[in-house]
Amino acid sequence: MLQADNPERENIVMSDLTSNFLGIHSPNPFWLASAPPTDKEVNVVRAFEAGWGGVVWKTLGEDPHIVNVNGPRYGAVYSSDRKLIGLNNIELITDRPLQTNLDEIKRVKRDWPDRAVVVSLMVPCEESNWKNIVSKVEDTGADGIELNFGCPHGMSERGMGSAVGQVPEYIEMVTAWCKQYSKMPVIVKLTPNITDIRFPARAAQAGGADAVSLINTVSSIVSVNLDTMSPEPSIDGWGSHGGYCGPAVKPIAMNMVAEIARDTQTANLPISGIGGITTWRDAAEFMSLGAGNVQVCTAAMTYGFKIIDELTSGLSNWMQSAGYHRLDDFVGRATPNVKDWQNLNLNYIAKAKINQDACISCGRCHIVCEDTSHQAITSTVNGERRFEVIDEECVGCNLCVSVCPIEDCITMEQQTSGVDARTGKPINPDYENWTTHPNNPASAS
Amino acid sequence: MQSKSIETLSTDLHAPLSKHEAYVESDRCYFCHDAPCITACPTGIDIPLFIRQINTDNPHGSAKTIFDENIFGGMCARVCPTETLCEQACVRTTAEDRPVKIGELQRYATDALMKTGMHPYTAASSSGKRVAVIGAGPAGLSCAHRLALNGHAVTVFDALPKPGGLNEYGIAAYKTVDNFAQREVEYILSIGGIDVMYGQSLGKDLSLSSLKQDYDAVFLGVGLGAVNESGLDGADAKGIEDAVEFIARLRQSPESSIQVGRNVIVIGGGMTAIDAAVQSKVLGAENVTVVYRRSQENMNASDFEQALAQTNGVLLKTQMQPKQLHVENGAISALEFDYTHSEGGALSTTGETTTMQCDHLLMAIGQTLAQQVSEFGLTLKSNRIDVDENQRTSDSKIWAGGDCASNGEDLTVAAVQAGKLAAESIHKALAGSNATSR
Repeated sequence: MLQADNPERENIVMSDLTSNFLGIHSPNPFWLASAPPTDKEVNVVRAFEAGWGGVVWKTLGEDPHIVNVNGPRYGAVYSSDRKLIGLNNIELITDRPLQTNLDEIKRVKRDWPDRAVVVSLMVPCEESNWKNIVSKVEDTGADGIELNFGCPHGMSERGMGSAVGQVPEYIEMVTAWCKQYSKMPVIVKLTPNITDIRFPARAAQAGGADAVSLINTVSSIVSVNLDTMSPEPSIDGWGSHGGYCGPAVKPIAMNMVAEIARDTQTANLPISGIGGITTWRDAAEFMSLGAGNVQVCTAAMTYGFKIIDELTSGLSNWMQSAGYHRLDDFVGRATPNVKDWQNLNLNYIAKAKINQDACISCGRCHIVCEDTSHQAITSTVNGERRFEVIDEECVGCNLCVSVCPIEDCITMEQQTSGVDARTGKPINPDYENWTTHPNNPASAS
Repeated sequence: MQSKSIETLSTDLHAPLSKHEAYVESDRCYFCHDAPCITACPTGIDIPLFIRQINTDNPHGSAKTIFDENIFGGMCARVCPTETLCEQACVRTTAEDRPVKIGELQRYATDALMKTGMHPYTAASSSGKRVAVIGAGPAGLSCAHRLALNGHAVTVFDALPKPGGLNEYGIAAYKTVDNFAQREVEYILSIGGIDVMYGQSLGKDLSLSSLKQDYDAVFLGVGLGAVNESGLDGADAKGIEDAVEFIARLRQSPESSIQVGRNVIVIGGGMTAIDAAVQSKVLGAENVTVVYRRSQENMNASDFEQALAQTNGVLLKTQMQPKQLHVENGAISALEFDYTHSEGGALSTTGETTTMQCDHLLMAIGQTLAQQVSEFGLTLKSNRIDVDENQRTSDSKIWAGGDCASNGEDLTVAAVQAGKLAAESIHKALAGSNATSR
């Protein structure tokens, strides 16, 4: 046996990926988001067989069920190698009869008791409509409900989806109804198509929400066919804005997660992180910013359900190497480090440093600094093609690092002593920020 | 003698990149600042720009960028030793030893525009000046095109029945399939304002002095019309021919069947030696050996060319030079070699010899200026026509470029650049202070 050959193996304690989100248990923190992959029993069963921790069932509505367009629902943004960077869709909520979905949900939950089954809902903003549907869902034995206040296309024109999520008062009202008529945990799914995500989050909390999940998709036109002049996806020559998702939206989503996590009013509100999560690292980043678990859609729609194997093994290996035994050990660890700009230390001085052994002399750092920034990188030294940082000009902006094609070739080095060659001022070891800066008209000092 | 259909020679060495392959490959370009590849290109093509234009689905703009500096961009994409020029300078070579495939991308772009038949330039209004260009090879036609662009009336004279020079007669078929050399010439000439006269040999049908009288300027792009002599006794035996002649015969006999020997020996170490050897092997020769008198590092053929030969089953032997031909019944039967060694650049024989069977000997030991050209009275340098940095000869009305000129490099791309520089210089001389080049 392998184990006999490797006695140390038994000493390795695998990190525990089991997740408890609002009392909903799942073997790992990876749920499939409410979307096409969770529209039918056959898909969900395939996901559970593959190892996914849970699903949020694709949004149920009232009968008569809605209909979808009978043409393209998706548009994509690609890299040169047609790697999918962003996906946009104009699909609506489930287009199957309510009872069909309820029957399947009941059966799936019965057959997979260790997995999370949460049901997404969207009905008109009337108390009776919500009362009616939450009780039906409760009968299925589902673990919880997620209120879809996020979809920016189609349903929003009918006063649902993001049309609700953009009005905090509606969010609070509907959340309260759901809490009133159900014992199930209520997750409120937020739209990013709003100026300040904290307001809808606070409204959800005020309505009694057990958690928020975010982000739903971003309103988008993904491409225009320049031959037909039709937005894409094109339906008979016309297009409609869709919802954008995939790796491209991850930075937007992470900021919104962090904003809610560090808002004093919602700091204790659990968050289910959504938005472009493709790898274990994406998930770890969302969770470090305060998400208790994560939901995935586009990555599964790009590669299939098998990616769960990479997500779980990657997260587990990272946790082990970082010394985290349980998810709670690192959830929210990065949240306290997210600050308002005015709190950043203005006495922190960094300069770019180019490792000449690693440099391949592409000159990108020079030309972007020269053309668009601070003229702080040479192109020639003593007549030779050579790229060196001019400390007297370098403001430490990190643009050169951002454009350098070689990892770790340019690094930002903190200057802890001596004089800043650019300003001529000695390095000040003390923390000072904008609030007390003499140039700040509102400065206290 | 072995024989095989010429069709086997017509297989493209590199299949053209598909649109997707071109996107992926062009995406690898870093769009370097003051890019080293531009400096490494003898014609100075803005390589990062043309690659970016491919990546942004603008292949026609890309081709224009290429043609702006090198009107033979299509042929150069096929025959340039890119691994010693642009691709050698690519920063990806430093990063990962795998440069951007600049040559293949250049072919992708130029093919795309040439396929449309659209010529991206229009000639300037007539200057009233007339220029004679001798030689319809890369140097001559590059010069003619740039002159026509600037409004000068050009007459090109060529001794052979077809244009293209070595592109048509001197390059292995697998590098320029589908009659590309002729299609490219047609494309270049479509700018208009260029007449071409074939079967006109300088010194025979044409005299330089009357050309000087009839035209405002003369450009000599005559190449090297003669071959170096081997100096071996019996060199007129059956089965011995010059490699350049052999390649020309392959290129010009597409319908017929070409005969090669069972044991082919190619003497030389340049591109012509490799072209002749690989084609002999493809045509069915049992043993093909390239024999070069110096070391492998000294071979003019690039590493890629050497590897191509070896992959095709050609044996490369170095530090050996022909000593004596063995002739039986008027035909070559074997070749005896001296072993050599080099010391401080000087080559000497070691005293040892070896003999190899040979029924087909191809000499690729270089070409030299044709006798009649060296007698024009122009100053020569190392037996080539001496030119200044603007390709002007010792006669102020005569310019020269390409292999016949003192700064010739036996490279298509260098010839194109020389023709271009000469045209700019001629234009300045003809237009005087009014010269504005396009």
